[in-house]
Amino acid sequence: MSDRLYRWDLRASPYLYIAPFFVLFAAFGVFPLLYTAWVSLHDWTLLSDEHPFVGVANYRELFGDPYFWNALGNTLSILVLSTVPQLLFALLLAHLLNRPLRGQTFFRLGLLLPNVTSVVAVAVIFSQLFGRDFGLINAILESLGAGRIDWQNGTASSHVAIATMIIWQWTGYNSLIYLAAMKAVPRDLYESATLDGATGLQQLTRITIPMIRPTIIFTVVVSTIYGLQVFAQPQLFGGGGPTGITGGNDRQFQTLSLYLYEHAFTNGFQFGYASATAWVMFAVIVLGAGLNYLFVRKIRSTS
Amino acid sequence: MTRRLVYLSLTAVVFFSAFPLYFSVVVASSDTSALSDARLLPGAHLWDNVVRVFDTVPFGTAMLNSVLVSLSITASVVLFSTLAGFAFARLRFRGRTAFLVFIVGTMMVPTQLGIIPLYILMAKIEWTDSLRAVVVPALVNAFGVFFMTQYLSEALPKELLEAGRMDGCSTQRLFWHVVLPVARPAASVLGMLTFLAAWNDYFWPLVVLSSPENHTVQVTLSQLRSGYVTDYALSLTGTVLATLPLLVVFGLLGKQIIGGIMQGAVKG
Repeated sequence: MSDRLYRWDLRASPYLYIAPFFVLFAAFGVFPLLYTAWVSLHDWTLLSDEHPFVGVANYRELFGDPYFWNALGNTLSILVLSTVPQLLFALLLAHLLNRPLRGQTFFRLGLLLPNVTSVVAVAVIFSQLFGRDFGLINAILESLGAGRIDWQNGTASSHVAIATMIIWQWTGYNSLIYLAAMKAVPRDLYESATLDGATGLQQLTRITIPMIRPTIIFTVVVSTIYGLQVFAQPQLFGGGGPTGITGGNDRQFQTLSLYLYEHAFTNGFQFGYASATAWVMFAVIVLGAGLNYLFVRKIRSTS
Repeated sequence: MTRRLVYLSLTAVVFFSAFPLYFSVVVASSDTSALSDARLLPGAHLWDNVVRVFDTVPFGTAMLNSVLVSLSITASVVLFSTLAGFAFARLRFRGRTAFLVFIVGTMMVPTQLGIIPLYILMAKIEWTDSLRAVVVPALVNAFGVFFMTQYLSEALPKELLEAGRMDGCSTQRLFWHVVLPVARPAASVLGMLTFLAAWNDYFWPLVVLSSPENHTVQVTLSQLRSGYVTDYALSLTGTVLATLPLLVVFGLLGKQIIGGIMQGAVKG
């Protein structure tokens, strides 16, 4: 008896242990994603029980909407403005931390502090800092003799403000990831480079960066995926209400996520149309992550 | 680069990391009219503003909701990730590699994209505007399974499991008495990361919760921000209050969180 029970235990237990994950994940993770594709082919609103099939009409309408292209452009612009400085800066920081220093724990904790803060908190705080009339940043600009900037109202200025929030929140996190990878680089590479008279910067670009290439690829892909979904920062920067959803009065900082939210949850629950937006967003994310992957893979490898 | 310059730049970066949080305390302790002169020292109005936050929105309820939501998500993610991680790391079964590849693959798919069908689903089973709608879809996540699999593949000695088998342990007993104690360091890191993420989640709770008494604290914060005229003292007081529990957690367990992030990165 116990022998049979034992064999049954060996055979069934693994499946029992992974079952909770797969059941819940299938129901609330995978199914919705596929169902989005189905919904996107229908004229589907929450207010009506009829959901007629319309084929690719939602996609056609989407590609014909200048506001969609505007949102796509804004999203890409904010992505570039936030990701590029963020990752370069994180690399430099990790390079500084990757040497025997006192107070490592203090510096690491300090760097990670912004990442513990919620996106909502970050957006609220920076909206105050970037305020036109009472914002600290404008007060500093003015005392330096430069004029005040109406951060919310301009396209470029609002993108810079939103990118700053993302950079502030994620630089430290990425630098810790780089630092972890740098710890695994053999020390004798640096020792011989130092003997050959290489400067710190040369060591960074010729040894460190090629050696930690997989980690760089990982962070670039992850930040691309995250950056293309930016929602809370622009929404709250625009005041959180209706002007937040449109990303400012002229949609100057409306991102794809805001565009999706606008059509799904404020303009009469157009779920079909919003689902089409979600799938196009997905395509953009896959394309963006893929292109970035290919691009960063070109970093010369030392091996 | 001289050592002194390295220390100086790192200190400057830490200063800029902490400053926005400090500044929100400054604004939270000022009265609204005093904002025009960009001051840098805390004022004496923190308590008044705290009272105003609780008068304006059901802040206490929102905090309680967030605690409930975050704790249940954390407990579930840690348990199910450890179970699945154990199976993937140490048990042999058909389809193991395929399942694992699938999990790693889905880690790259943004959850935001399933939001509309998830909402339709919640509307169908009449879960909208209830905390269940926030908790249940978050009960498992691919990252957790991946993280625990990685950890247990290295930290769990095969010999220990074999010895347990020799003594006649069932797989279930092995899990409770051998795997869980070994998994504890990674489980606590995963727990902290999950708690942070659940506490800070915004998009889905905003979509699915409509009544103020069901809001989580992040949604309530956004309500303080929206309005025709932004009352910065009010909204930043709310921000400080909502961030405080996380800062306490971070102060106590920050070193472990950093260890977990760096560990995940090396292997990931």
